[in-house]
This record gives sequence, structure tokens and C-alpha cells, in this order.
Amino acid sequence: MLHIKNLHAGVEEKEILKGIDLDVKPGEVHAIMGPNGSGKSTLASVIAGKEEFEISKGAITFEGEDISELDPEERAHKGLFLSFQYPVEIPGVSVTNFIKTAINENRKAKGEADMPAGEMLKKIKEKAELLDIDRKFLSRSLNEGFSGGEKKRNEIFQLAMLEPKLAILDETDSGLDIDALKVVANGVNKLKSKDNAVIVITHYQRLLDYIVPDFVHVLMNGKIVKSGTKELAKELEAKGYDWIKEELV
Amino acid sequence: MSLKDKLVSSYIAFEDHLEDDSPIHELRNEAIKVFETQGFPSKKEEAWKYTSLNALLKNNYSVFPKNERTIELKEVRKYFLHDIDTYKLVFVDGVYSSFLSDTTHDSLDVCLLSSALNKPKYKAVIENYFNKTAVKDSLTSLNTAFAKEGAYIHIPKHKEVEKPIEIINFSTGTEAAILLQPRNLIVVGENAHVQIIERHQSLNENQVLTNSVTEIFAEKRAFVDYYKIQNDAHTASLIDNTYVSQATQSHCRVHTFSFGGKLTRNNLNFYQNGERCDSTLNGITIIEGKQHVDHNTLVHHIAPNCESHQDYKGIFADSSTGVFNGKVYVEKEAQKLDAFQQNNNILVDDKATINSKPQLEIFADDVRCSHGCTIGQLDEDAMFYLQSRGIGKKESRALLMYAFANSVLESVKIPELKARINKLIANKIGVSLGFEL
Repeated sequence: MLHIKNLHAGVEEKEILKGIDLDVKPGEVHAIMGPNGSGKSTLASVIAGKEEFEISKGAITFEGEDISELDPEERAHKGLFLSFQYPVEIPGVSVTNFIKTAINENRKAKGEADMPAGEMLKKIKEKAELLDIDRKFLSRSLNEGFSGGEKKRNEIFQLAMLEPKLAILDETDSGLDIDALKVVANGVNKLKSKDNAVIVITHYQRLLDYIVPDFVHVLMNGKIVKSGTKELAKELEAKGYDWIKEELV
Repeated sequence: MSLKDKLVSSYIAFEDHLEDDSPIHELRNEAIKVFETQGFPSKKEEAWKYTSLNALLKNNYSVFPKNERTIELKEVRKYFLHDIDTYKLVFVDGVYSSFLSDTTHDSLDVCLLSSALNKPKYKAVIENYFNKTAVKDSLTSLNTAFAKEGAYIHIPKHKEVEKPIEIINFSTGTEAAILLQPRNLIVVGENAHVQIIERHQSLNENQVLTNSVTEIFAEKRAFVDYYKIQNDAHTASLIDNTYVSQATQSHCRVHTFSFGGKLTRNNLNFYQNGERCDSTLNGITIIEGKQHVDHNTLVHHIAPNCESHQDYKGIFADSSTGVFNGKVYVEKEAQKLDAFQQNNNILVDDKATINSKPQLEIFADDVRCSHGCTIGQLDEDAMFYLQSRGIGKKESRALLMYAFANSVLESVKIPELKARINKLIANKIGVSLGFEL
């Protein structure tokens, strides 16, 4: 599904990703871990198409198509979704209106008509229940005055509504207490199928107790230095990242 | 003949029709002299540094529009609020239209300035208030000299006016260019509440220049909400001179929505004459092409324990230009003051310009005055966020601009009006957002 080969990317002269290789197949959950500043969020942004970053070498293919030159919205139309670490506040646009806009923009891109209002409402209701979101929340301005937990829950709500093929969750666990974490993880698990895939980017192993990865990759200084199974995450939690650094030397 | 000369000589003919014993006849004579001496303001004056009237003054304006064109209600219905009941004062080319209006004398006066100026029963109010808070500068004086029609609103004390009052000035212009000078007098009695909506609307493509003067007096504990909808045709220009005089514990808010028009200059002046006054000056400007909008505000703090809040937001596309010149003047006696001023701008295109100039003159020593000004482009992280949800670039920009302007809308207390302005903003930003705003 997602195939990243020797990806080098950065901002202007500064190279942040220094040769990433990653293969994600349908039905898989990948975790990308690593210390602060290792390039985790940059990788997520580059896959999603943030303009600020320039790809200097390598390629990103999604379902067999090179997407590295596409705009972020075009990548979204193909089924990519990025859950943000710091979602943006949009005063005056409710959660409901925002998701309606997003869904219909995606449909428009595929040449489909707007989703009928009844169907939309039904879907919103269903997904809100899945994530334990109440109706009042849906009429609030997007992310404005939301707590950390509410912001993240809202990201997963959008994920649930948009039903992407590949979801990248960037530090979705940061700022969440254990109850909120469970709700979010539970939502992600319910949305998982053999046809879609998830990349979980996290600093801590905690989230991986709930969203269990098939593969764990350690990102350091812009490179994936070690890959393994979920046991690797546990080892990192216990021993930190230093032992890998030492191993590399 | 220059427009100034034309106006000065027109006054002689105008004066012939005035009643000699009219209480304001002498005011008019003085006013035309001020205008004759000072003329139209030029860019040499500090307050007009970024706004030039030169191009506008070249038009050959009719000073006394000849033909009142009757307009059909269905033609102009869209300019009124129609989901709710309102009082209406409608003028067509400066002449009162009884057909389109809905006035009252039942426990409050919503009627014509022309009657108030001439009828004995209004004499006391006219003598106490007319031209009492207006600054005697050249443009206001020009209006005073010729003022004969406009809104006269008098709310007696303790009266809460349930229906908003709409003041609408249409221009139909059978002439190629017309000069309109509406004059509004609004007196809000002690503990009275009122909401007023004002708009100027040209119904064709002729050149229109409006030099409007509005005086608002808020007595003790009065509440005044005043909305200015500036969404005129691209051939219409407006110089709005509004003066708000506040007594103790009064609350006055003026909200200015500037989307249309060719050149718009808002001279908005607040005077806090009593203690514990609260003044709010809000504005959203969204312009494009070669449009020009200049907000020139003054809050004059005279008494202690008062507050003032200014929040002006602007979005400038193409080669449009904006000016924000906000002056806060604090007298020595105006202690324990809280004055806040904010002006945020987004320049959408390289050729757009904003000149933002806060001016604080503070002579009291125990006050809190803050001001902030930003000029920028749309936030790239926010754009990325929206695009990553599959929302196209154009719609993402529109959503962000809408969000940017939104904080000013929160203070609009009439839901129907708020919905209307929301729609105007969405149209102006040029996008259908796929949902009712």
C-alpha cells in the first residue's frame, strides 16, 4: 500500500530525513518510535505532503502511484489521513460543518455528488457514538477551546468519518489521560480492517498496549535504525533509546 | 468649476428656501463658512495621509438630485432584514420614501429629521442635541450646511425597543453622479435600549458620493448597538462621520462591516463623558480589486473608570488598500481606565496594502491601555491541516479567512443579522462552503 524508498527530505538546506525505507501493507499496523527530534513528525508531514518540506531524493508510492509531487488534498483524496499532533483551531466552523465540508470535498474530487443530508447525519451519529462524543461537542467550533483530549478525539472522529486507506497517527497519545487514551485506541481498533493500515507515531510505548502493532521501527537522526515486533517497543520502554545508540556505534 | 466652488455657490440657492427663524439656520451659515475656508481634506493632513479624495472630487455631482425614482419593494427587499419585524427609515436619493418605510411615534420616535427640524414639538431636542457632538471639521460642516433629511430617533427613558431600526439610503441616480448628505440624530434616553442597522445602497452603476453624519447620544445607563453594513456597489463611495456621546454607565457598540464600495472612509468618534462607560468599536473589512477602506477611530476618555474595546480585522486581496488609524486619547481625569485596541490584517496578494497606525495619547497615570497590530498571510500550518483533510486550496483559504473574521461576529446580537453577515462574508470570500454558515 505505502512504499517509501530511500527518502531524503528536509527544509531548505537542512536534511532531516536521511534515507527512509518503509513498506506498509493492507491490514498492518506499524509503529514508529524514536527520541525527540529524530524526524518522526517530519516523516508524517512529508508523507501527507506538507509543502514546507522538500524531497531531495527517493520516492513515496501509495497504491502503486508516486505521490511525492501531489498536493496534500490530492493525497487525502487517494485515501491518506494524518491525525495531527497539534490540530488547528477554526473559530466559527463547527465540528459537524467542518466534517461535512471535508467529506463533500473528497466526494467532489472523485466526481461524486454531495452526500445526502440524511446519510451524513446517520454517519455522524454512528461515528460519534463509537468515540463516545456527545451532540453538544459536534456543534462547537472546531478545536476552539478544546482540551488536549478533545482535540485528539476529534481527530479520530474525522478519521472515522473519512475512512481512509492509510491513517498516520502523529503523537495521538500526547496530552491524553488513560481513559481518553482507551477511547481513542478503541476507536482506532474498531475502524481497522484487512483493507486499511495504520502508522502510529509515538514517543512512548503506552499507546501500543492498546493499538497493538505488527511492526515497530525506531527512527533516529532521520533514519530507521532498527525494526522489530511489538517486543521491541517494550524493550525501548524499559531501557530507553541509549542502548540502540550504543549498538549503532 | 471645482466641486468645492459648486457647493459654496449652491448653498446660496439652498439658503433661499430655508425658513429664517429655523433654529439651525445660523448653524448652517457658520458651517458653510468652515467648509469654504477649509475645503475638502487633502493628503497633506495627517489624518488623510493614506486616503485621497482627489479622484472622487473630479466627478460632476448633482448636489440636489432632481428626480425621485420610485422603486418597487421587490427590487430592494433583499437589502432589508425580512425574517424579523423592524422599524424602517428608507430614503431614495436623499428623499424619504414613506412607501418603503415603517416609522412610529408610539412611545418612541422613529421618524424624519426634516420633521424634527421644522415642528415645534421637537424644538427642545433639536436645540439640545443637534450638531452638539459633531466635530466642526470641513466634511461634517459641509453636511451640516446642507443637512435636511435623515433619521430622527428618540428613545425615551427606560424604553427597551424590541424591534431593530433599519436606516437605509438608496441611490438610484438618474443623474450621472450624485452627492448625498444624510444626517441622522439619535438620542437614547436614560436606561433605554436600542439596536440600529444602517446601510447605503446604490441600485445602479452611477457615481455616488455620500457624506453622512450621524450623532448618537447615549444618556445614563443607555445601551446602543449600531451596525453599519457597507456592501455598496463598486461605483459608490462613502465618507461616514459618526459621533457617539456617552453619559455615565452607558454602553455603546458600533460594528462596521466593510465589504463593498469604491472608497470608504469611516470617521468614528466616541466621547466618554461620564464614569463607567463602555465603548466597543468592531470592524471586519474584506475587500478586493481597487477598493479602499479607511477606519479612522477616536475614543476620547474624559471620565474615570471607563472601558473601551476596539477590534478591527481586515482581509485585503488584489491591489486593495486599507487604513486603520486608531486614536485613544486619555484625559488627566480619566483614571482607572481599561482601553484595548487590536488590528489584525491578512494580505492575500502581494499588491494589497494596509497602513495601520495606533495612536495613544495618555495624560492619566493609573490606566491600562494596550494595543496590538498584526499584518500577515494565512497560516501555513493551518492550510496544511485543512488540505490534509481533502479540502482544496481555495476552500481551505476561504475557511481560514472566515475563521479569522469570525471573532468580530460574536458581538452581533441579532441572529438574523449575524446569519446575513455570515453569508455576505462567504460570498465575499468567493466560495460555497457546502453548509449554511
